[in-house]
Amino acid sequence: MSETTTTLSAGLSRRSLLKGAAGVAGLAAGSGVITGFPYIKASEEKVLRYLGTAVNEGDAISKKCFEDTGIKIQYITATTDDVTKRVMTQPNSFDVLDTEYFSLKKLVPSNNILPLDAKKIKEFDNITPVFTKGELPNGKKIGNQGTAPWKVLYLEGPDSDVFATSPTEWVTLIPTVYNADTLGIRPDLIKRPISSWAELLNPEFKGKASILNIPSIGIMDAAMVIEATGQYKYPDKGNMTKAEIDLTMKIMTEAKKAGQFRAFWKDFNESVNLMSSGETVIQSMWSPAVTKVRSMGIPCVFQPLKEGYRSWASGFCMSKGVKGQKQEWAYEFINWFLSGFAGGYLNRQGYYSAVLSTAKANMEPYEWAYWMEGKPAEKDIKGPDGTLLEKAGAVRDGGSYEDRMGNVACWNSIMDENDYMVRKWNEFIAA
Amino acid sequence: MKAAAMQENSARSSFIAWLQAGPLALVFLAFFVLPLLFVVIVSFWDYNDYQMLPMLSGRGYTDSFEGCLAELPGLCTIAKTYLQTLKFCAIVWAATLVIGFTVAYFLAFEVKSKEWQIILSLICTIPFWTSNVIRMIAWIPLLGRNGLVNSFLQAIGAINEPLDWLLYSQFSVILALIHLFTFFMVVPIFNSMIRIDRSLIEAAYDAGASGWQTLWNVIVPLCKPGIVIGSIFVITIVMGDFVTVGVMGGQQIASAGKIIQTRLDALQFPAAAANAVILLGVTFLIIAALTKLVDIRKEL
Repeated sequence: MSETTTTLSAGLSRRSLLKGAAGVAGLAAGSGVITGFPYIKASEEKVLRYLGTAVNEGDAISKKCFEDTGIKIQYITATTDDVTKRVMTQPNSFDVLDTEYFSLKKLVPSNNILPLDAKKIKEFDNITPVFTKGELPNGKKIGNQGTAPWKVLYLEGPDSDVFATSPTEWVTLIPTVYNADTLGIRPDLIKRPISSWAELLNPEFKGKASILNIPSIGIMDAAMVIEATGQYKYPDKGNMTKAEIDLTMKIMTEAKKAGQFRAFWKDFNESVNLMSSGETVIQSMWSPAVTKVRSMGIPCVFQPLKEGYRSWASGFCMSKGVKGQKQEWAYEFINWFLSGFAGGYLNRQGYYSAVLSTAKANMEPYEWAYWMEGKPAEKDIKGPDGTLLEKAGAVRDGGSYEDRMGNVACWNSIMDENDYMVRKWNEFIAA
Repeated sequence: MKAAAMQENSARSSFIAWLQAGPLALVFLAFFVLPLLFVVIVSFWDYNDYQMLPMLSGRGYTDSFEGCLAELPGLCTIAKTYLQTLKFCAIVWAATLVIGFTVAYFLAFEVKSKEWQIILSLICTIPFWTSNVIRMIAWIPLLGRNGLVNSFLQAIGAINEPLDWLLYSQFSVILALIHLFTFFMVVPIFNSMIRIDRSLIEAAYDAGASGWQTLWNVIVPLCKPGIVIGSIFVITIVMGDFVTVGVMGGQQIASAGKIIQTRLDALQFPAAAANAVILLGVTFLIIAALTKLVDIRKEL
């Protein structure tokens, strides 16, 4: 089932569009925001089709973007696998692509995407060194197992499909957002502290555990678990040998056959439903899913674990079909995205913005202190849509940015033996 | 002179016959035969991580049967998966047949007035007003660990611990499949039943046949075409299903359709096509066996 929906977020009817355009034109005329464009161009309809998973696709972002730039964003939402599939099979069906770095090993050789020119990105030099150097702003190095973004950030040239080892002008994906993932738990049902990935296979949670069924991500969770149980120490979790893949899948299959797992999940909402209904009490999870369960009034913790986090990062590039004027709009949109509003929005969801300085300017000091510095909330913490997430006094799971990103152990990964891994993963799912 | 006119006439009528059959034949050719041909061709292509390589390769097939020889006498993944799918198919077929036949019988013979037959048949279609997925998902809050069924059983003291096998299990998959597809059995069987000449039933009664004898020796044989058509519907849908198996099985249960889906997700289109060809072959064999039992064209 390809869960693909297309939504027109800003200005649905022609009338409201005209009103909006008139408003923007008026605003532009009044404030001089848009300069250098003749009036005809400024009133031309600027539309970008934005392909991505639901993760970064807030309606508030597209609305604000339309207000600020006049660019209308049409979201095309699909699951992680379907996004990749669409890039491969229908490269002309989207303009801007929002995807994860690990998929680049498939996308770049397909030549269906265009790298971007770093010089045209205003905030490029302010992008966090997590992406460019693999270290925190304070200089601490972070885990590099798996497809870490700095390994695949640059290409050797605009038409090259070779990843450059040192910085070049040509960027595969302009960084937007990243996070450190761990297991989500239901503290009210587990009733004891959890401190290791090994707990996912603890028979105590038989029939109440879950792992995510996206091979490139799930295999990393599985590897974290197996290392934590002490059964094997991988030289590089992010690039396993066939024997290591066999071993990993054997241990997971045994657990599955013993009834350890309640279900597997593939998208955000499935993970929320499993956790909120109590079908599972411990599982792979994503930060906003934990937030969502909590906002339903159900206790759920994004549990920091002693072995560290599995991290991911995503960014923007263009379809190879985007040409001329539309390329300029895409750059304009990406520059807008990094200019702060979207960054603040994503930070308030529990993610991290690629350009921290602009995100900070768009957040209240107490919000920044809670989300980024790991300090107790001075006031009630609200989500980007205004729902209450935490009462005053709460502390973020895992603490500060440095505590969370500093403890990254590995990244979502496409391995050299990816084909073999995917086959074995499917056998595990079918076993 | 006369012969020439006749020839012209028959040429004209055969031209008209072609014209009449033409549009559907073209639609079939364009939207069924051609795509199927492409699937078969692609299934013999090679592939890498991100694209199909248009050169002859049996890799889609050999990968699918990986380990099948090595694991003998044990079963490899694809054999186990097909066995599982066939099992689902057999159970769902039997259940939908019994339920479908009963419902159709009630509609055709117990309900006397035409109006009520129409009204009740329409009521049967009500579940189809919502989507497949919604009808399926509706089971989840009912069967879940803290769902209605478990809460009820615990409240009346029938069980102490919630029953885990109600959801994300083979049971829930089969239940949902039966729920979704019984109607496909009801319609063709009902259609066969209302065409049965009532005097045949009266004759059987007059000849001293009991109710069961009439059912078994008169009604069932006359319903055969309906039963076979309904069976073809149910079997083909269940053999290829991956959505119901996925959602109700918690993505943990394998099925032939799911193999294709996972291959597609991994961008291994030739392997997916190869599995589609295998599935098509297996389903075709079952349908061929069914039509051997009853010659539908003759019966219609």
